[in-house]
Amino acid sequence: MAESPTYTYHPRWLRRRVSTYWWLEKRSYFAFVLREGSCLFVAWFVFYLLLLVRRVLQGDAAYQDFLAWSARPWILLLNIVSLLFLLLHAITFFDAAPRALVVHVGSKRVPERLIGLSHYAAWFVASVVIFWLVLVG
Amino acid sequence: MIKRDAEPFLWMLFSAGGVVSALLMPALLFLFGVAFPLGWLTPPTRDHMATLLANPLVALVLLGLVVLSLFHWAHRFRHTLYDGLQIKHLQEVIAAVCYGGAIIGSAAAVYLLWQAR
Repeated sequence: MAESPTYTYHPRWLRRRVSTYWWLEKRSYFAFVLREGSCLFVAWFVFYLLLLVRRVLQGDAAYQDFLAWSARPWILLLNIVSLLFLLLHAITFFDAAPRALVVHVGSKRVPERLIGLSHYAAWFVASVVIFWLVLVG
Repeated sequence: MIKRDAEPFLWMLFSAGGVVSALLMPALLFLFGVAFPLGWLTPPTRDHMATLLANPLVALVLLGLVVLSLFHWAHRFRHTLYDGLQIKHLQEVIAAVCYGGAIIGSAAAVYLLWQAR
């Protein structure tokens, strides 16, 4: 086996400089960053949810305080934007699912459409259950 | 430093968190973030909320949602920072902040939901 040659200098890397703002150059790049950015709103809602649980545990006055706080314009605006990003997250995640999830029944592959549809059906059922638990049950 | 063998496990948490957050969060966020504050619907009473949280199944689902969603965020945010801002040289700091934050949030969720029993 030939020994790898030893260099006395380090060869210069062939690397094209990429702008920090590369994701503004094309629509598809920007869509990518929006999709990935949705995770920030997932994190915000986790925080919001934990705050709600804490307020409920602290008693009725604290819970009413939380409800009043959630109606402040800035919080409301943030939550409306978050809802849009969460819808983007849900749709892009469910649309990617058929490609990530390859299911076989016997020797036949379950059609991609069916896997995609079953995710949307599960989304619908889960949402109905949440509405029922919070508003009725 | 995140070891290479941890990557598949972290990716699995990312994926699971992506699914549960997509299934459950839009409805919850619509209710508690938009519909109640705007007065479209009447928010539940505090007692109703406390009863819900005391239900072990609800608490378990909520805990799963919080923990998996946090790791979903941590993983996705870490990689977006690497690619988006090209600051891979800060990877130890970024990974520590992301996964550390997810662990702290998960601990807070366990503590809160344990108290709600």
